[in-house]
Amino acid sequence: MDFEFAGTYLPMFFSGIKLTLLISIISIVLGTIVGVVVYLFKTSQLAVGKIFPLRMVAFAFIETMRGTPVLLQILVAYVLIGMHPNSSSLPSNMVALIASIAAISLNSSVYIAEIVRAGIQSVPRGQMEAARSLGMTHFLAMREIIMPQAIKNILPAIGNEFVAVIKGSSMAYVLGIAELTFTAKVVQGATYKGLEPLLISALFYLVLTFSLGRLIGWAERRMKASDSH
Amino acid sequence: MIRINGLHKYFGDNHVLRGITNHIQKGEVVVVIGPSGSGKSTFLRCMNLLEVPTAGEIILEGQNITDPNVDINKIRTKLGMVFQQFNLFPHKTVVENIMVSPIMVKKIPKDEAYKKALSLLNMVGLAEKENAYPSSLSGGQQQRIAIARALAMEPDVMLFDEPTSALDPEMVGEVLGVMKQLAVEGMTMVIVSHEMGFAREVGDRILFMDEGQIVEEGPPDQLFNQPQNARTRDFLSKVL
Repeated sequence: MDFEFAGTYLPMFFSGIKLTLLISIISIVLGTIVGVVVYLFKTSQLAVGKIFPLRMVAFAFIETMRGTPVLLQILVAYVLIGMHPNSSSLPSNMVALIASIAAISLNSSVYIAEIVRAGIQSVPRGQMEAARSLGMTHFLAMREIIMPQAIKNILPAIGNEFVAVIKGSSMAYVLGIAELTFTAKVVQGATYKGLEPLLISALFYLVLTFSLGRLIGWAERRMKASDSH
Repeated sequence: MIRINGLHKYFGDNHVLRGITNHIQKGEVVVVIGPSGSGKSTFLRCMNLLEVPTAGEIILEGQNITDPNVDINKIRTKLGMVFQQFNLFPHKTVVENIMVSPIMVKKIPKDEAYKKALSLLNMVGLAEKENAYPSSLSGGQQQRIAIARALAMEPDVMLFDEPTSALDPEMVGEVLGVMKQLAVEGMTMVIVSHEMGFAREVGDRILFMDEGQIVEEGPPDQLFNQPQNARTRDFLSKVL
């Protein structure tokens, strides 16, 4: 193996990392926001007779997102966004970036909705009862009593989802976004080396996911520590 | 103070309360006893609508609280509840546990709520634990804080759901002591309990429940010494 080329192409890899992180960070933030909405839909009490319309929307969305490949979702998002009349005024790589982020964050949101549900359910039932018995509304009890406790379970799990999103962001390469995986392909072409550019990208992915994993572990330990004053 | 008329509760097919009618007077201390599964806790939880009765009505100070149009949250501020498992908020300090609802629900100014919290902590003998977190306290201490937390809303009635059942034996006394003090001060109290000695000493009236009904009721002397009903006699022979 020959890594002599690496120095020359390092700036390309770094800008690849930047795009990978950009896609991942925006996707996890949007995914969390949408995930909370999906959770609220999924547990909605709104009923028309015996039908819960918001729950049905959530069910269809979750099953579709989980039951189809992310790669396909990215391609669909690209076509759909391209159909929007305003998209022609955007550079095409911007449309590709928006499509990737949209697909990855929507896909992630269904997993985050499940994380939020599990986190909230982990808070003992008696907490809600105690809060309600003190005259709090359901909303106030959620905000003051349930969520501050649930967040301790939710944050570390969202951290793990973040790792999955970083890896999943590699699929944006099908739209020609110069993130870490695409960069490896470009360097392959420029250097006529098959394996080495891929290994460099893999190493960078590992650095990202491994350090994020450590960070989550540290945050988890800190939150546990605050439980036993 | 509280009139309960023909109260029924089903959990699915399970008929837990089978027509309960009773009248709890102002200042009265009512102790509900009976075998487990007799519906005592469900009866108590219906009184502040933690369980919604299937049928029947509960009239609190002239207002029918089972009417779907009443503001449940407002009703609940008049009924303090103490749970078997304490249910203190673990992410808040002792004083925050006591202050959160007066500030958030009753919109009482913070300094006033704080003063009130401190005087309640004094009353339950835990003034020095103001800034401790619940996890650092013993069960008995946690339950005394839970009583203070309920009292901070200045309720008209206090409901106790087996307040000493989750405690180590040596901690039962300190909690019963606080409850006794409340009773002496004239608080209206409904207590589900297995503490027969306490029921006899502090209770004005004992309700014996079995299979979702009030089988027998009366002043402690009468109910404990001359139970009329065979099921009451059978139960008391097992627990006394």
